[in-house]
Amino acid sequence: MSKINGAQSLVNALEAAGVEVMFGIPGGAILPAYDPIFDSKIRHILVRHEQGAGHAATGYAQATGRVGVCIATSGPGATNLVTPLADAQMDSVPIVAITGQVPGPAIGTDAFQEADIRGVTMPITKHNYLITDPNDIPKAIAEAFHIASTGRPGPVLVDIAKDALQKESTFNYPHVVSLSGYNPVLEPKVEAVRDAAALIAQSKKPVLYVGGGVIKAQASAELMQLAQVTGAPVVTTLMARGAFPDSHQQHLGMPGMHGTVAAVTALQKADLLITLGARFDDRVTGKLSTFAQNAKIIHADIDPAEIGKNRHADVALIGDLKNTLAVLVPATKVALAKSAPDITPWLNEVYGWRKKFPLGYDKPADGSVSPQHVIERIGKISGPDTIFTAGVGQHQMWASQFIGYEKPRTWLNSGGLGTMGYAVPAAMGAKVGAPDSTVWAIDGDGCFQMTNQELVTCALNNIPIKVAVINNESLGMVRQWQTLFYNQRYSNTDLHSKRVPDFKLLAEAMGCVGLRCEKSEDVDKTIEAAMAINDRPVVVDFNVHRDAMVWPMVAAGTSNDDITVARSMAPVWDSQEL
Amino acid sequence: MATHTLAVLVENSPGVLARVASLFSRRGYNIDSLAVGPTENPKVSRMTIVLNLEGHALDQVSAQLFKLVNVIGIAEMKDLDSLKREILLVKVANSAATKEIVKKHNAVIADESKATISIEAVGQSNAIESLLNDLKPHGIRELVQSGLVALERGDKTLAEATLSTMGTANESDSNSSTADYQN
Repeated sequence: MSKINGAQSLVNALEAAGVEVMFGIPGGAILPAYDPIFDSKIRHILVRHEQGAGHAATGYAQATGRVGVCIATSGPGATNLVTPLADAQMDSVPIVAITGQVPGPAIGTDAFQEADIRGVTMPITKHNYLITDPNDIPKAIAEAFHIASTGRPGPVLVDIAKDALQKESTFNYPHVVSLSGYNPVLEPKVEAVRDAAALIAQSKKPVLYVGGGVIKAQASAELMQLAQVTGAPVVTTLMARGAFPDSHQQHLGMPGMHGTVAAVTALQKADLLITLGARFDDRVTGKLSTFAQNAKIIHADIDPAEIGKNRHADVALIGDLKNTLAVLVPATKVALAKSAPDITPWLNEVYGWRKKFPLGYDKPADGSVSPQHVIERIGKISGPDTIFTAGVGQHQMWASQFIGYEKPRTWLNSGGLGTMGYAVPAAMGAKVGAPDSTVWAIDGDGCFQMTNQELVTCALNNIPIKVAVINNESLGMVRQWQTLFYNQRYSNTDLHSKRVPDFKLLAEAMGCVGLRCEKSEDVDKTIEAAMAINDRPVVVDFNVHRDAMVWPMVAAGTSNDDITVARSMAPVWDSQEL
Repeated sequence: MATHTLAVLVENSPGVLARVASLFSRRGYNIDSLAVGPTENPKVSRMTIVLNLEGHALDQVSAQLFKLVNVIGIAEMKDLDSLKREILLVKVANSAATKEIVKKHNAVIADESKATISIEAVGQSNAIESLLNDLKPHGIRELVQSGLVALERGDKTLAEATLSTMGTANESDSNSSTADYQN
């Protein structure tokens, strides 16, 4: 075999792994790799900040189901990837990050641009590598893609010393990866499936508690079958929006801190939670000790460490969700054929809650633009084939609440880490992965100012995303908490973003079309104007009412029983419901 | 709370100790002792970890440890089924009384000077503790302990159970006490 250098070996390995695109920025330590990248068939998109590269890789992975790739140099290049890596770890997104490291002999000497990125990222990656021998490069890349994309997906970092990229080596890519310490369980135990079906056949108040794992496992069709077989109401968590159609009559919406009354209450009052790829996150359960106290738990997950982590599972179904549902559906059919309790009273109750406590919002009395209305209209006008991304905060919750999601991989957001600034670079990655889809980033004015420089990348690389800046000139969710819990003392949440910066001019300066909407009656036509632009990125500055709040709400650390539908307003129940 | 002993087979790769330590630190698990060393297989190291944890928390530790890609297998070393030993080296005053204690506990004087003796003792945790208790009134100048190491009794080996049956990973039973994590 002919000799090539480690850098060429890296690029060959990435090609062998099926990489079509990567997002990155060169620098000293990774520079040897950028020479063969110049000739590679892999598309390299030069971003403006490494954090953008990381979130773009995540957006690409979330939109396509394939592994996203980002690449950066040593030291600050690598540490700028820390946030997206932690983000991908929390939301189980398969990405591979390649970083350059100072040459082997310099490692540990506090050399220029040296950072121990393997050490730094150990707790925020699924696995990571430091490679100092060029012969180890192909194997590490093959393993990284295998680990990132199988089992519970997650980020893998491969840090490669500069001299390993420069030295001669032979290329030998292992097409089969075998790791003695890594063998995800894919098939659930037969007895557990039988036990789960038996619990379902005894339940009078079941709920399908659907998490992001259903989307990762591409198991939406199987979920639909289970919903049909059981007739049980369905809730989809923030990470699972789109896993089950919002328009389906069994869907109650999102549970959790800003979930619907019906979804939150159905979980609270259920006698059985059929938990599918969800992890009993505190934003869903509220105060854990008061969560769904009368419910038995079926917990299906590919990660054994999730079972019993927060909530005891009566039946654990460890395996790939697609496989699990494929056997659970027929087993449930059999069990229900023997004995099927009447769940009609339960359905009447939960659908009654849904009817009585729908999501809603008040139009501002002063005629200013309602942020919920803007988001709702974007959803309606752009339609269910659109991919939506969001930052973190009020606009994210409204985007989850007021856009109807019908298909998996159409709602991308930072659920676990709650990373402000996710929307724009994630939208860029999603658009690269799904160029034929309309991609809308629903962003806040706070979030937008963290990562908007990637619009330059979009403008220069023909990535025509659409950005709606829901501009309430404040850190809206923090301000909401200050309104509710800090006596309206608005400490450091006023961003003045209706004054500075001028988002329309900023957009234009970055090669995008800039639009602005300040009146309710202009909302639809502004959205339509944005929809008509497909040759460039477009940014719409929606100047919205700043006092709008996200409802319903379960205050942090309190019980889901204490859900409020508006400020200091508990749902008014019929007496028989309590 | 009772102590539990986990035997953990890990790939002998750089950073693996840091991964385990980082996991314990991040998840807030306290370690009583951790001993690590090479095994019969040059590619595999073995850790013995003693923890002060109960049922559910212990299951979580095992499950989280097993998620580490470099962790090959985990088993709990239960008192009845395993040999457990610690090494103690302790420096005390050279006196008739301290030498008497050495004799009583079947320990060894590994080094002797006019003023001090350095005692070497190998045994179960309670034997080591008992020796130390006897020595304490005489003044302990310095001591060092190895941390516990443990090996299954009988013919079974953890290596066999984990290395030879790769690919047939088991899973945690939610109702079990600590499941043995093996591939």
